[in-house]
Amino acid sequence: MQEIIRELEEKRNAARLGGGQERIDGQHGKGKLTARERIQLLLDDGSFEEWDMFVEHRCVDFGMADHRIPGDGVVTGYGTINGRVVFVFSQDFTVFGGSLSEAHAEKICKIMDQAIKVGAPVIGLNDSGGARIQEGVASLGGYADVFQRNVLASGVIPQISMIMGPCAGGAVYSPAMTDFIFMVLDSSYMFVTGPDVVKTVTHEEVTAEELGGGITHSTKSGVSDLALANDIEALLSLRQFFDYLPANNNEPPPVWPTSDPMDRVEPSLDSLVPTDPNMPYDMKELITKVADENSFFELQPDYAKNIVVGFVRMEGSTVGVVANQPMVLAGCLDIDSSIKAGRFVRFCDAFNIPVLTFVDVPGFMPGTAQEYGGIIKHGAKLLYAFAEATVPKVTVITRKAYGGAYDVMSSKHLRGDVNFAWPSAEIAVMGPKGAVEIIFRKDIGDDEKITARTEEYRRKFANPFIVGRRGFIDDVIMPRDTRLRICHSLSMLKDKKLENPWRKHGNIPL
Amino acid sequence: MFNKILVANRGEIACRVFRTAQKMGIATVAVYSDADQNALHTEKADEAVGIGPAPSSESYLVIDNILAACKQTGADAVHPGYGFLSENKEFSEALSAEGIVFIGPNTRAIEAMGDKIESKKIAQKAGVNTIPGYTGVIEDAGKAVSIANDIGYPVMLKASAGGGGKGMRVAYDDRECLDGFERASNEARSSFGDDRVFVEKFIEQPRHIEIQIIADSQGKVLYLGERECSIQRRHQKVIEEAPSVFIDPDTRRAMGEQAVSLAKAVDYQSAGTVEFIVDTDKNFFFLEMNTRLQVEHPVTEMVTGLDLVELMIRIAAGEVLTMDQRDVHLSGWAVETRVYAEDPARGFLPSTGRLIRYQPPQQSARIRVDTGVFEGGEVSMYYDPMVAKLITHGGTRKEAIGYMRQALNQYYIRGISHNIGFLNSLMAHPRFMEGDLSTNFISDEYPEGYSDPGIDDSNSAMFVVSAGTIHHVHWLRANRISGRTPRAGSEKQTLDRVVVMGNDYHPIKIIPVAHGYDVIYRGRTYRVTTDWSIGRPLFSALINGDEVCMQIEPEGVKYRMIYDGVVVSVMVLTNKGAELNHHMLVKAPPDLSKFLLSPMPGLLVQLKAREGDQIKDGEELAVVEAMKMENVLRAPQDVVVEKILCQEGDSLVVDQPILRFE
Repeated sequence: MQEIIRELEEKRNAARLGGGQERIDGQHGKGKLTARERIQLLLDDGSFEEWDMFVEHRCVDFGMADHRIPGDGVVTGYGTINGRVVFVFSQDFTVFGGSLSEAHAEKICKIMDQAIKVGAPVIGLNDSGGARIQEGVASLGGYADVFQRNVLASGVIPQISMIMGPCAGGAVYSPAMTDFIFMVLDSSYMFVTGPDVVKTVTHEEVTAEELGGGITHSTKSGVSDLALANDIEALLSLRQFFDYLPANNNEPPPVWPTSDPMDRVEPSLDSLVPTDPNMPYDMKELITKVADENSFFELQPDYAKNIVVGFVRMEGSTVGVVANQPMVLAGCLDIDSSIKAGRFVRFCDAFNIPVLTFVDVPGFMPGTAQEYGGIIKHGAKLLYAFAEATVPKVTVITRKAYGGAYDVMSSKHLRGDVNFAWPSAEIAVMGPKGAVEIIFRKDIGDDEKITARTEEYRRKFANPFIVGRRGFIDDVIMPRDTRLRICHSLSMLKDKKLENPWRKHGNIPL
Repeated sequence: MFNKILVANRGEIACRVFRTAQKMGIATVAVYSDADQNALHTEKADEAVGIGPAPSSESYLVIDNILAACKQTGADAVHPGYGFLSENKEFSEALSAEGIVFIGPNTRAIEAMGDKIESKKIAQKAGVNTIPGYTGVIEDAGKAVSIANDIGYPVMLKASAGGGGKGMRVAYDDRECLDGFERASNEARSSFGDDRVFVEKFIEQPRHIEIQIIADSQGKVLYLGERECSIQRRHQKVIEEAPSVFIDPDTRRAMGEQAVSLAKAVDYQSAGTVEFIVDTDKNFFFLEMNTRLQVEHPVTEMVTGLDLVELMIRIAAGEVLTMDQRDVHLSGWAVETRVYAEDPARGFLPSTGRLIRYQPPQQSARIRVDTGVFEGGEVSMYYDPMVAKLITHGGTRKEAIGYMRQALNQYYIRGISHNIGFLNSLMAHPRFMEGDLSTNFISDEYPEGYSDPGIDDSNSAMFVVSAGTIHHVHWLRANRISGRTPRAGSEKQTLDRVVVMGNDYHPIKIIPVAHGYDVIYRGRTYRVTTDWSIGRPLFSALINGDEVCMQIEPEGVKYRMIYDGVVVSVMVLTNKGAELNHHMLVKAPPDLSKFLLSPMPGLLVQLKAREGDQIKDGEELAVVEAMKMENVLRAPQDVVVEKILCQEGDSLVVDQPILRFE
């Protein structure tokens, strides 16, 4: 008995040391923390319950038989974040470069299966050189087993990936299927094929950072939802983010008690929309002034900036926000922004998070780049997402809502529950100038007439009353009262029940 | 009394005049330019009339437009405020021609005091001290020395045609005077082709002290004490106070009586200010007379208890002063700071834009805020960047300064840059606190401009203790989130934490107690009492009995804290987190030297370079216009333009890259 306890202690010590002090120092030298240190910072103090510390790989080829480290390159288990249960795996780069063996994959699968059973989110801290080459196809099989679970867990429990080191090749597809990907700047990268292969195949010279670093994926590809300065800030941000997420698809979003009065009036919002319809303004000011405690957790802040998405709390409860951003490309919809917002809306819908939409959209972006890129199908994703969503949907039109983009942006017609307009709202088929040039085509060239006609059109349609008459909006509200009106609407919608017809699954235009 | 007063001005002074008019039961009219349609002063008046496009030369300065506004609204009197048309005799003439009363002095006084030479002559005649000097042409060095001896050293030898510091010499004795005369004449000849030199008394470490007077139409003139306005930046006043630490009752009386005799000499009526320059021996010399209400009039109001605007209105309406000089008492001390929309970190460049947040401190008997803007309003590029004046009144100077520092800490402005940090730094400056002032104060004490003083041992405690408190409040809240497992920890818990500010780690212990916390830092216990809650931008607390107000903004996982002009980014970590934080690499900030950045928000009026151009160090690259000022951006070194990122006509935000170098 004593001996077993001693052996247990030895094994535990060996596991805790991972790949050894030298490798730990190496990891630290790169500004990276070890797998266990990361878990320690992510979870509440002392809450971590580790599983499978004694798992070792079963490979005997290439001398691997003599080279075993308890845990096999990944630390798994569960713990709490501010008291709420979460399952975690954290890859250990100090052990075989964090490479994924069959046993390593099994450990991940085990906690995922358990997370689905108990309805708790999974967080993956990725720091892995890739497949355990020595194991060959066993490792590949391991990846696929994880992928399958990612898919089965999708829409059931929230899954978050934090990329904290390399993540290349097939390994990228596990994070790709999770709900959110966060990356640590300068120390993480993700790509399907690395710079060497790229060079051989396409003769492009590119660094790993340029090809798949945090900046690339948070500005160019949209793969990453958030890029963070370093391990510490990343893990603490993840804790903050976790507080917005429900545990699973049967739970309501968490409530974080607040003392912010729901009837807080913001007079300055009355002057947010400039008198000149072509002047931009910052939609984020509206979001932060309406939200509890002026706080907004924005996702993808540097990608497709013409649309803004993220979480706020209203009366303590999580709400997803989608908003056109007039500061960028006049807030128009294009391929990237449609995909960005569409995916976000679907996450909210899957997890019972109400969607709050702020609309100032002049239409879809024109041009060959957009048409050749398939804006028809990509734009349809956002339309589809809003239309299928059964969670509470509250929409505020602040200024422009033109054309098809008006329909798309959570309009009444797409089962919007409460649709408000500010007095500055202009809901129309198109802007006055474009409309006049079509209706009064014969007057083109006669500036005086065109100006008069444009003014006439503006007077007629550039107001919220035309659609108000048809009931496409429920009320015209004063900007200063926006928070109050949204809070009323959301509390009315608290027990909303709406189900889509049974089907195996819909066919979103992918 | 008047029925309706129109204020031919904008901003805080228009609002200020309306306040008194309304108190007196007089109807009010605002005028506004296109840029001011929604400005605060239009809200504060009973009526508002548009008077033209945004540039003041097409609106606030157009006499006919203001006359038209008077006729349209039936205003029977006009208060001009300061600036704009306040000292324009054509304006006062045009008003009287229409039978409208100008609330200010008569035309003759405006005219006489508006001319530098004329006013000096009148002053001399009225027995007012003027700077001793010899304005005639000096033939040779010998003559210069004898004049200098008459005036008394030090003297300033100045080129008659001079300017920009050229041809100027200060002499402290005969030898320097001889030498200086030769040099000044030579320089004057080579620079201006005119070797005439004159000499006047050189005032070392001068102070700017002015006397407020009030006069009625019956010739009664009173002086209402002095204001010291020595703290100036490029001749723009930044801080004013009343009384002056430097002035004793005798000097005050002498200055006051001279000011009164000057006013009498021009049959002055209404409020006016006689400005003096005062040397280190309390000798004072006439500078000029301002025939209007001054920006800094509130400090006089605070110490005299008078409403100067009310007195101006009553006098203009023909009433006489019922008080006498002996009724004028100065009580306590008042300090005023001017809040400007400008960026001290960028050489005080004006800042424009939307006031996303604007919460001045709460007004009280000791704090007065004369503001011209509101949250959600716009600071436009067309007018003076002063957005408000903050005035505090205390029993002593020290008390008034203390209130001012608190009020500045509470002043919450977002969306534009402002000088509040700089004002706070001035208030805390030991030399200012001692009252050791001169008009060179800012250039002496901030020769490199103003920058955030940063954290050191003397001020770290307030930040550390506040951060710890905020962290605990946050922690408690996080532990009340729904969906927690039963075993999750207790709430009222002592926390050991490390406050990280830059490279400094400050371990603390935070112990919840009734109504607050005990925070233990460096072996000392700080008792913090606060009702602060998350989301509030101002953290107000009693820390060991002292009132502290700090501005707090969450910034991701950090807090940005602003206090006493110091801005810090703070992170609160567990002991383990702090230990691990040492492994984080310090990342070099991004290299912006490859870009030409817009130093301010404005309009790109001209791009002087094209892609591929080779530009020499110091050559012009672009011109950005803001606040009617053209700012030329020059090449920081020899560069090749790789890419143009903006076009002429673009509106630029601050730090927006205009072009990239190779």
